[in-house]
Amino acid sequence: MTPDLECDALTKRFGAALAVDDVSFSVPPGSFFSILGPSGCGKTTIMRMIAGFLAPSGGDIRIKGRSVLDVPPNKRPVNMVFQHLALFPMMNIADNIGYGLRRKGLPRAEITRKVGEVLERIGLPDIATRKVEELSGGQKQRVAIARCMVLEPDVLLLDEPLGALDLKLREHMKIELKALQAAFDTTFVYITHDQSEALVMSDQIAVMNAGRFEQVGTAQELYYRPETAFVAGFVGDSNRWSGRVETASGGTLGLRTEGGLLMQATAHGRPLATGDRAEIYVRPEAIRLARQDADLAQFDNRLSGRVTSLLFNGAASRILVQSDQGGPEIEVTLPQSGEFADLGRGDAVHIGWSGAQSNCFARTGAA
Amino acid sequence: MQAHARLGFILLLTPLLLWLSLLIIIPHIDMALLSLRERVGVAQYETSPANYLTFFGEPLYLRTFMRTAVMSILATAITLLIAFPVSFYIAKIARGRVQSALFLLCLVPFWVSELVRTFGWMILLRETGVISSLLQYLGIASGPVEMLYNDAAMMVGLVYTSMLFMVVPLVTTLQSLDDAVIEAGYDLGGSGPSVLREIIIPHATPGIVAGSIVVFMLSLGNYLTPTMLGGKDSLWFTQLIYSQFIVRFNWELGAAFGFMLLILSSVIVWAMLRLTGQTLEKTMG
Repeated sequence: MTPDLECDALTKRFGAALAVDDVSFSVPPGSFFSILGPSGCGKTTIMRMIAGFLAPSGGDIRIKGRSVLDVPPNKRPVNMVFQHLALFPMMNIADNIGYGLRRKGLPRAEITRKVGEVLERIGLPDIATRKVEELSGGQKQRVAIARCMVLEPDVLLLDEPLGALDLKLREHMKIELKALQAAFDTTFVYITHDQSEALVMSDQIAVMNAGRFEQVGTAQELYYRPETAFVAGFVGDSNRWSGRVETASGGTLGLRTEGGLLMQATAHGRPLATGDRAEIYVRPEAIRLARQDADLAQFDNRLSGRVTSLLFNGAASRILVQSDQGGPEIEVTLPQSGEFADLGRGDAVHIGWSGAQSNCFARTGAA
Repeated sequence: MQAHARLGFILLLTPLLLWLSLLIIIPHIDMALLSLRERVGVAQYETSPANYLTFFGEPLYLRTFMRTAVMSILATAITLLIAFPVSFYIAKIARGRVQSALFLLCLVPFWVSELVRTFGWMILLRETGVISSLLQYLGIASGPVEMLYNDAAMMVGLVYTSMLFMVVPLVTTLQSLDDAVIEAGYDLGGSGPSVLREIIIPHATPGIVAGSIVVFMLSLGNYLTPTMLGGKDSLWFTQLIYSQFIVRFNWELGAAFGFMLLILSSVIVWAMLRLTGQTLEKTMG
């Protein structure tokens, strides 16, 4: 099947600066593809090149197999939901949604019918004659998507459209966007710096850093098996140690951190040999908390220490543990099943994790 | 505390009230009374609409009146046509220092007095002026060309004088238009003209209306430019008012003319606002 969107060795230079560096990816039809990266990583540049507002310095963009490089933005079969939505404040909702249809020269009756249909679909059938400023944030969001979807584009681009919403609404819109994507059965390309948006909604996520794709994969792949240290650090939270490989046999590594801790880890196929300098990443939620060391017998990494801080954040509560063997404080997820409800600062605890849950990367350069 | 606040309010309000009453309301009441007075003998006056009847009875007055209105509307339209692309460039295309430099360039001519600026045009356009000499030097014209003292020269002067007052409100409104809205217009299939018609102009309407009102008022009330650049046939209504007050010493008729000009400008501005569906609050707020 031809991918809906293909970028091939896409490159963009601004003067001497390389904003997008040789990026290639393809998005299969009907999927939700996200580009996740910190601000300034070049993700907006990619999106603007796909939409046609920027000309690439090199490479090709194909939509449904056809190169669109010499197609102007108003003729491309892609539409964009802008960061601040860019609804037309001088028009009412029906005119906003009908704008693209009017540009196509459709008869008035058909425009009215299509606008009515799409309003029905986004669950706001009664707002056709309202003004833009009368809508709530979530309604505007849906209208912005409807305004694009009514044109039946091959690809819908979304440029951090949830950024301006408050937290509760953002959580709600994540689910709604995913549902809308399924309902319209259109390819969505979504860019964001918010990993939770990308993880919840996407079929495929590309993690971008400094103009390059670090890794492309499903949310689970990125979370459990990051391919680079950047992905491990950017997606989810991690405890991080620097160290050196002391033993390497059959995919199991023995590492000693700079603080002197000895750790077991699985190589997961990464090329690490004895003597290599390495970065070790362990997620707070991969670490088991216990009151007795005996409870952690099944783990190959075990430490005892004291609680130095309680970071209460509801379901995402954590504690900081200072290991008796020294080294930096370790963040551990606090289970909310009740058994640690009376845990206080200074209490002695035991922590343990499986070496298979950690990710090690060869240390490159000075980083 | 409350007394303090009230005192502050009164103090702040006083200059405005003084300005309104001393410079606008009182002179106009006086002018109104003056215009409704007819001289029946030496130092003998009667209240009558005779001055207004004179105005409507004399074709020259009426023709000049209408001509001034039409020419002012024309000057406003030309100023808008020239200022719109200029403002769009300054507000949306130029960036950073270029933007402020261009804006400043629009302002620079206003550092010299209107009189000197108009003389500048005379130097360019007169028979022995720069353009005439250049045309002769290039062999395009065989003899000296007189470009002054006609309606075209006067129009050039009026547009030039008013340009800044159109550019400033336009740049301000265009700057408030989010670039993404223009991009969305293109993204959804719009072409240059349709984006201009459906998005940019509707957004800029308050600026267009505000600028047009100011330019129209300035043109209508201009005295210097029509006098210096206009010809024998380019009579301007302000010249009639001037001659009644100063030359003929007929203050009564002059006051009536002044009131007619006030009514004319109010009616045209009101009609323009109705036509564009704007209100004064929306435009000025």
